[in-house]
Amino acid sequence: MSDAAQNVPATGTAQVKRGMAEMLKGGVIMDVVTPEQAKIAEDAGAVAVMALERVPADIRAQGGVSRMSDPDMIDGIIGAVSIPVMAKARIGHFVEAQVLQLLGVDYVDESEVLTPADYANHIDKWAFTVPFVCGATNLGEALRRITEGAAMIRSKGEAGTGDVSNATTHMRTIRAEIRRLTSLPLDELFVAAKELQAPYELVKEVAATGKLPVVMFTAGGIATPADAAMMMQLGAEGVFVGSGIFKSGNPAQRASAIVKATTFHDDPDVIAKVSRGLGEAMVGINVEDVPQPHRLAERGW
Amino acid sequence: MNIGVLALQGDVREHVRALTDCGAQACAVRRPDELEALDGLVVPGGESTTMSNLAVSFGLLEPIRKRIAGGLPVYGSCAGMIMLADTILDGRPDQEAFGGIDMVVRRNAFGRQVDSFEGAVAIDALSGPPLHAVFIRAPWVERTGPDVQVMGRVEGGPAAGRIVAVRQGNLLATAFHPELTGDLRVHRHFVEMVHRSAAHR
Repeated sequence: MSDAAQNVPATGTAQVKRGMAEMLKGGVIMDVVTPEQAKIAEDAGAVAVMALERVPADIRAQGGVSRMSDPDMIDGIIGAVSIPVMAKARIGHFVEAQVLQLLGVDYVDESEVLTPADYANHIDKWAFTVPFVCGATNLGEALRRITEGAAMIRSKGEAGTGDVSNATTHMRTIRAEIRRLTSLPLDELFVAAKELQAPYELVKEVAATGKLPVVMFTAGGIATPADAAMMMQLGAEGVFVGSGIFKSGNPAQRASAIVKATTFHDDPDVIAKVSRGLGEAMVGINVEDVPQPHRLAERGW
Repeated sequence: MNIGVLALQGDVREHVRALTDCGAQACAVRRPDELEALDGLVVPGGESTTMSNLAVSFGLLEPIRKRIAGGLPVYGSCAGMIMLADTILDGRPDQEAFGGIDMVVRRNAFGRQVDSFEGAVAIDALSGPPLHAVFIRAPWVERTGPDVQVMGRVEGGPAAGRIVAVRQGNLLATAFHPELTGDLRVHRHFVEMVHRSAAHR
């Protein structure tokens, strides 16, 4: 008999973790580095904020090792808003994740934006009550993260660039690989699983349902309302915006515009309206100009 | 018979699927002019402050309040329950709701995400075993007015006894998410409410 059947409420189940991501769908999650920014994000209609010490554009510019944020800063942001608060832990850094769980963070992002702590292993995310979101550039990577317990996936894009081209590449790749799986005869799924380096059962499930078993957002390079709307039309279920808002000329207005464009992603009339008079977008940097070793999307295995 | 699911943000697809599985015609709605043809409306789970923000921005607040006042059957789950409450505790100061149910709802009442849980809830109006209910940063009902029927409470754990399902006239609200579990009894109950309401017009 399960716990639930005995009337003992069960926390930290896969249902509860994945369900939390379902509730974020159609929404925008914004990177913030201060309680004031968190309030601007909430005022604009963000479904959640991502608390971090430096936005990816600054991490890129300043260099050095990038780590979990100061607990005081996370406490400050949790205290400032009533919407869910997410925070980033380094890839493989399970103690940073333990600390974030203790602080009451609602979702942990095991993120390539921070400097990896382990170049072989990701965190065993099943061991936590708090749910995890992880980045992926292709289907195999997404399925390996889900196998490790990720309850939400975001396509990686290239964080801190304001260049949406990698976000589209990763979203299109994942969606194309899913479509391909659905077209395969059952007896070819064994080899497909081998090639994807993912468990056969999970591959079979995706082939049958035509979607990941968890919610998939987009991230990395989204800077305008039209960027967000395009990613939604390409099949994202919601949007992470990192540097794009608070590195722009008018963060409050841009944040609100991106929220509206995400909901009305298939309505060019709304997107045109909210795109007017937004001021400077983040200056950005072309992914092609970022030397290979500095591309964040290549972290994670 | 046409039931809309308010598609500003949240788990719209799951509600559309549950309603369709009950044999109802369901579609996502986002604009005031899409409300007119509806026989029923579902306000999904999601972030209530985001829904409030977008409902104000896109002129949905008054049209939906008017339809509610006119007797439109509406079901809200989680954030949807908050949107149907006459009074919200722990909301944003500028948070708007459609209202309609004479109740005081506390937002994020059970705690943060690490406190989200699954557990049994017996619903008076539904036959069969208690529902397996999924609560995600869920609200609870702190007080109800005389016309509100309490339909279900949390059965075990530290929050045992808290009100999590209510009905007032044609309005139905649950703090949990039946759309996530595949148990269609709550949606069937609502579809019947919509049928009965349509027959009376």
